[in-house]
Formats: sequence, structure tokens, C-alpha cells
Amino acid sequence: MAMQVELRVFATLRKYLPDHPLDRGVVVTVEPGTTVGQLITKAGVPLEKVKIVMVNNRHADLDQQLVDGDRVAVFPPVAGG
Amino acid sequence: MSKILRVNMTTQKVNIEEVPEKYLALGGRGLTSQIILDEVPADCHPLGPNNKLVIAPGLLSGTSAPSSGRLSVGGKSPLTGTIKEANAGGITSQKLANLGIKAIIVEGKPSKGTYVLRVTADNVELIPADDLAGKGTYELTAVLRERYNKKAGVICIGPAGEMRMLSAGVANNDSEGNSSRYAGRGGLGAVMGSKGLKAIVVESDKTFDAPVQDKERFKAAAKKFADILLKHPVTGEGLPSYGTNVLMNIINEAGTLPTRNFRTGRFDRAAEVSGEKLAEVAVARGGKATHTCHPGCVIRCSNVYPLPDGTVCAPVEYETAWSFGPNLEISDLDVIAKLNYICNDVGLDTIETGCTLGVLMEAGVLPFGDGQAAIKALEEVGKGTPLGRIIGAGAAVAGKVYGVTRVPVVKGQGIPAYDPRACKGNGVTYATSTMGADHTAGYAVTANILKVGGFVEPTKEDGQIELSRNLQVATAAIDATGLCLFVAFAVLDNPEGLPTIVEMLNAQYGTDLTVDDVVALGQQILKNEREFNTKAGFTKADDRLPEFFYNEELAPHNTKFELKDELDEVYNF
Repeated sequence: MAMQVELRVFATLRKYLPDHPLDRGVVVTVEPGTTVGQLITKAGVPLEKVKIVMVNNRHADLDQQLVDGDRVAVFPPVAGG
Repeated sequence: MSKILRVNMTTQKVNIEEVPEKYLALGGRGLTSQIILDEVPADCHPLGPNNKLVIAPGLLSGTSAPSSGRLSVGGKSPLTGTIKEANAGGITSQKLANLGIKAIIVEGKPSKGTYVLRVTADNVELIPADDLAGKGTYELTAVLRERYNKKAGVICIGPAGEMRMLSAGVANNDSEGNSSRYAGRGGLGAVMGSKGLKAIVVESDKTFDAPVQDKERFKAAAKKFADILLKHPVTGEGLPSYGTNVLMNIINEAGTLPTRNFRTGRFDRAAEVSGEKLAEVAVARGGKATHTCHPGCVIRCSNVYPLPDGTVCAPVEYETAWSFGPNLEISDLDVIAKLNYICNDVGLDTIETGCTLGVLMEAGVLPFGDGQAAIKALEEVGKGTPLGRIIGAGAAVAGKVYGVTRVPVVKGQGIPAYDPRACKGNGVTYATSTMGADHTAGYAVTANILKVGGFVEPTKEDGQIELSRNLQVATAAIDATGLCLFVAFAVLDNPEGLPTIVEMLNAQYGTDLTVDDVVALGQQILKNEREFNTKAGFTKADDRLPEFFYNEELAPHNTKFELKDELDEVYNF
């Protein structure tokens, strides 16, 4: 049973998903057992450019398995203050 | 030879003094805090003749060290009652260092009148300037640059400082003349205003020629340091692309973006006021997504945001975008930039002002989300009306005036853009900093959220005390060097970073400092500041967050701030 997750990419990673609207995520259909890393790769974002991933507002590892309805946010190295 | 300018506003006399031995190895915050501890009675009224305004370039300012143009401004804060150091970018620090000025100490108080201090290579002069009273900082800076020197650095205050409002800041300008580089926090603009000093005009044709003992060795170290900054993905790519407001989305995704006066940790329209959106709009309108606040900065985190009416706000920073954005449930960047511009012009700290407007919205004085009402209210500040004065007095005063219990302040200073319940390391810093709530004093967002310098789970208590302590010590030392604190993102991740800073200092001053000495310097600065605060009457009871952070859960993590007595361990060194 395929599941749907919501993917958002930010900052310099936006160029890999140029059609991704800034104010909402893109919905991606994935198979059960898909990991965060596999989702990012499938979306065309090079993993070596990724520094931080958050799933449902918590830091996540690339090997975390996704659950239906997850909100995934992907960031390159960023900072400010 | 380096010197100290002592400006007595009671007599309107300026003395040029030799730098005492004890101050030779100090600069920036290290020097301002030491002079204040030595010379300012801790129990003085911050707006009276016994307080002093101390201005000092950092140790490396005015050299070719990259990103080293920070200017420290210190005094006893009228907002917090504590010692205060606020630092800013802009072009003035480098000019002061090139004039051999280690510090300017402004003391006393005139019976009346408005003055401008003009500092050139040959002369220092205090000039009556009643014609400039009441001017906004943008016009004031333009008038003074036209009158004296088109490339001058102008340290100044707006009407808020002249009216001695508690959250008035001290501005200086970038190369283009924008008076938007603020030593913003803690009301030092009111201290300057209390002394009748409207501006300090600093004229120097030189930017990078401050004396360096071993030029070759310095050049090599400075080049290496520039490489370290340029090769780090944050300082070399992230900050130059989107500025500090690149944080908006990640802090929101982390669930620690204070929204609606710290009611919740997420704002559903955060993307609309984020750095990505700002860059898009700024470039489309002929502004700039990247810009330097001073010559020689390789990080280039500033931006130039043109407003629809033709005025330009440069920059719009993350903290400001947060304070006027999610904090007030405003999602219009033009409104945020307009509020930012008014603050720059009238001379107010944007973080404090945003916190204050949040409290007024909590009180029902203004509606949440109503940008036009916020602009209208902020325009009252320059007129000095009762509402304007309440806004200029900061969040703590506004909370008292309107009987609000949810007032996000520590030691009277507004809490910035990371909720302490879901970024707990920063909560420790807010509670314990010598400055009142100050995110820069120990920026635990690094390890809590950004995975810079390790990772400490942001919603748990474990490791936060130690994280904040180490960052507060390191920050105090960095603030003494004149380096922008943002170098820390690269330095925390590169074992050669700190030794390279030490190498630059040794090459410049002919010293034999070690990395341990720099840590000791940071510790000593904090101890000096704590000593002043203790003398001013502060105790560990002041090192706590407001009650509601301990009692109300923050969505989406549904966490409270739990640390209390443990906070007293921060200063165990």
C-alpha cells in the first residue's frame, strides 16, 4: 500500500526542485519501508548537499523509515542569528 | 600610538589619554566591560552623569583580518540595570582602529544642548549641534557626511535615544551611508541621549592599516582565516546566499519559532517572510540578496531590500523578520521592512520593539496580524506620545502598563527568535547571560538546531548547561576581537579556526597567546560583567526565565522549560 509524504526543500537545495512552491510542500508517493534518504534521492536532491533533515519537527537520520503523512524538511548547512 | 578619547559632557572638554598597561591587550567587549567595571559605579542611575558610554573597536578591527569590523558599545543599561555590551558591524570600527583609537569614553552630562563629536586624524572636537536635534538617523547621517566627510562613519542616535527611551539603540552606517548597523540592545542609545551626544563622526581614509607588528606572519594568518571562512558551507555559501533570514524556515520546521507572543512554536506562513522569499523579492526590485556591512567581510550576510515606496531597508535580518513577523502573526515582508526602517530611523532596537508590540497585541491594544496598526503605533514613537513612549520603553514596561502576565523578558530585556522551551540551550543563555535575554551571548541554536559544533537534542535538558557555558565563554572572547560572531560557525567545525585567530592576534600585537589564554579571556570578561551585576544588586533569582515558560507547554513539541537551580551551574568556572 503506497503512502504519501510531504517534502519541503530549502535554501540552496531549492534549485533541485525548481517547481516546489516555497509556501507548501510537494506530495510524494512512496512505498512502505522507504527511508528519508531514499525519498531525498528519489526527489533528485544530492545527499551530499544535505546537512539537516527534520521529520515532523524533529531531527531525523537518513535511514529513518517514513510513515504515511510524514512532513519532511530538508536543509543544506544554514545558520544566522 | 593608540589612545583613549575621554569626552566630558559636563565641561565639554576632550582629553586624549595614553592607554594604561592594563588595557593594552583588551579590545571590543573585553575593553568596554573592563572600563565600565573600573569606572562606573554599579549603583548609578543609567541615565545620570555617573554612567559612561564606552565605544571600542575590536582587537583585530582595522586590519586585513576578514570580517573583523565589529564595534562594541558599552555602559550600564537603562533597560536591564545590568552591564551592557552591544556590538555592530558597519564601517566605524575600522576607522577608529586606523586612527589609533582604542576607546572613546563619554562621561558626565551637560546642563543642556545637543552635540556632535568630530574625530579626525589631526583633531578631536565637540561641536554644538542644536540644529540636528530630533533628526532621524538616516537624514542625520546624510547631513553629517555631507557637512564633514562623504565617507565618514557616523555613530548616532535617533529621536528615541534623545527622548531617553529604554530600548533606544546606537546606530552606525555601512559604506553606502545607511544608518542601519545597530548596537541595538539594552538602551545604550538612551545613555548617549542622556549625555546630549547626538553623533560621533569618525573620519579616516584608511581601512586596513592599523598597526601590525609582524606583517608577513599576519598576512599569512589572515589569508588562512579567510580560507577557513570561505570553505565552510555556512559562512562560504549559506549566509552569502540568503543572509541570516535563511533561519526562518528551519526554526519553524524545528518547532521553536515563537509565534503570537510565544504562544506556539510554528507559524503556518513562515515561508512568506523567510530568507528565500526575501532574496527573491529583493532581487526582483533591484535590491541585493547579498551585501557587506563593512569592507573586508567575506561572509557578506547583509541584504538590500527596496520597499514599494522607494525607501530601502538594508538589511532585514532574521531576528527582525521574526520579531515583526511570526511574533506578531504578520506575514507581509513589506510591512516587516517598513517597521524595521522606522526603528532604524527613530533609533530603536528591532528585537525589543517586536517583543513590545507582541505584548501590546497580547494586551489587546493592537490586533495580532494587523501590520498597518503596528506601523501606525510605531510611528507614535518619534512623536513622543504616551503610546510612543510605552513602545520605546520595551516589553517589560509595556507589560506592566497593561497588566500582561505573558511578557517574554529576562532582566527586563526581550527574548529573541528561538523559543526557550524547544531550543533549551538558548533558554539557558537567555536566563543566565550577563546581558539579559540575548541570543548572541551563547548561541546554542548551533548545536540544538543547526548541527554546527555537535548536536544536543533541543527539547531535552541534558547537556544544555555545558553547551551554553562553553558558548558564552567563547562568545565573550570573540566579541573582544572585533570578529563577527558568525565566524564561530566555521571555527566550531574546524580545529584550525581558533588557533588561526590566536595567530593573527600574536602577529598583530607581538604576544605569545595560546588558545587557553583566549578561553581565559572569555571567562574573565564574563566574571567582570558578573561582578558589576552583583554590585548592581543582581542575584541568581534574576537568572531565571519568566514564569509562563515553566508553566505553559509549547506546541508542537509540548515541552516546558524545566531548568531552574541547574542554571546556577553555568558560572562554575
